[in-house]
Amino acid sequence: MSEWWTYRLSDFLLFSPRTYYRLFELYNEAVFPAQFGAFALGLAILVLSRRGNARADRLAAALLAGLWLFVALAFHAARYATINWAASWFAAAFAVEAALIAWAGAVREAPVLRTDHDWGGRVGLAIFVFALCVLPLVGPLIGRPWSQIELFGLAPDPTALATLGLLAGSKKPRWFLLAIPLLWCATSGATLWTMEAPDAFVLPLVAALAFLLSIVRTFAPRAAGSNGPAA
Amino acid sequence: MSAAVPNRRAVLALLAGAGIAPLLRAADAVGQPRPVLTRAVPSTGEAIPAVGLGTWITFNVGDDPVARDECAEVMRAFFAAGGRLIDSSPMYGSSQEVIGYGLAKLGNAPVFAADKVWISSGARGPAQIEESRRRWAIRRFDLLQVHNLLAWEAHLPTLQSMKEAGKLRYVGITTSEGRRHADIERIMRSERIDFVQITYNVLDREVEARILPLAQERGIGVIVNRPFRQGSLVRRLERHALPPWAAEIGCSSWAQLLLKFIIAHPAVTCVIPATTRVDHVRENVAAASEPLPDAALRRRIAAHVERL
Repeated sequence: MSEWWTYRLSDFLLFSPRTYYRLFELYNEAVFPAQFGAFALGLAILVLSRRGNARADRLAAALLAGLWLFVALAFHAARYATINWAASWFAAAFAVEAALIAWAGAVREAPVLRTDHDWGGRVGLAIFVFALCVLPLVGPLIGRPWSQIELFGLAPDPTALATLGLLAGSKKPRWFLLAIPLLWCATSGATLWTMEAPDAFVLPLVAALAFLLSIVRTFAPRAAGSNGPAA
Repeated sequence: MSAAVPNRRAVLALLAGAGIAPLLRAADAVGQPRPVLTRAVPSTGEAIPAVGLGTWITFNVGDDPVARDECAEVMRAFFAAGGRLIDSSPMYGSSQEVIGYGLAKLGNAPVFAADKVWISSGARGPAQIEESRRRWAIRRFDLLQVHNLLAWEAHLPTLQSMKEAGKLRYVGITTSEGRRHADIERIMRSERIDFVQITYNVLDREVEARILPLAQERGIGVIVNRPFRQGSLVRRLERHALPPWAAEIGCSSWAQLLLKFIIAHPAVTCVIPATTRVDHVRENVAAASEPLPDAALRRRIAAHVERL
């Protein structure tokens, strides 16, 4: 791209805010009543991440990988790609994340989503709960219709943020699993900011918290409350 | 009209109950466009309305059936008001398909179809053009432009050979936001092109110095994009009252004043504002009308807007 320094973020925004949020409205209509199932799966993953045994770890990873794959196919490839040609790349990235979570958590049986019972683990867990229960409410609370709600397991933002919470709250955050959710939160935050969405700061802010927690737990595990070796 | 013939309003009122009136109005609207100010394409002398319709962002509505119908209504109002040139690009997401949907819904619209080729591979250019044509669902494009000069060395020969084979009527190049003006000038001097598309508005006037005079000198039509800076210019100006002298040139809104400023430049062939609203598209096309500001009034418009 020549004269790349002359481009602004808005030059890459292909759609209006109205079109973007209508996308979620039509998507929610199309997948109903999957919203209830996705929320139940979120609660199940939450419980499983606290059980502390290998079987629960595997199951949590398999469920979360399935949801990443669902978002890749049902949202990015089937919906978002109709207004954003970059969405096919997003779909591929989400499918890769699904494969990585399945490989690391279910095949290799590493406890990648097991939140630790220390303060760092609790912060990670809080981020997960925020993504599951609070982030979806932000849009309706600032005036967007309930029909456009973005839910964990169905929409990319809460799914990525919840995953970051579990990964950051684990005893040893895996950076190869953190990369795609972090990149997504940056991308989505930039999109929302360019659309001048009043809640554009929420996702990047909480994702940054998960990022910092991951750094602390990786490089200063004691300071972050993690006092045992990584499983 | 003879007194024995029922007047149009009475017939429409009669048909309204049967739900036929909207259809009649539609056929009327598309079939009998109002006369508007036209500009001659320098290379052929063909007259095209001086206000067209851009589709960047506004027509990228995906599969949303409500929004697609709204875009079709914008197109209906555009043609009814006398507009013809619609501009799009493979870069604009679903815009091409939405135009195709609108054209199919309206039927027999007098569209001047302007699109672009936007791919880094010259070899894949023809396939992209064919895909674009399929999305518009038209027999051929009137104008194809090399989008943002991407791989222009490879695409221009393709477009020229399409034109020679009768598969295309006009060839052009585009840029926006003042990028690559040196390359634009070089191509305007060295290649046989019918149109150049550039950004020009009351605040972004860099093209006045070299590109617009060069277009006149070389007989190249000029299509103007971003007349409202993607709407931000109108939003900014609407906080202020329209100056009383705007009425002297028949302007009832800031949008019309901004469009007349552009159309009044002798090098400009067509300006392509984008909108999602029927009332705005009518207002835009209505700007393609006399009187236009003379050079002194154009300077006054620019100075006034710069002060606000």
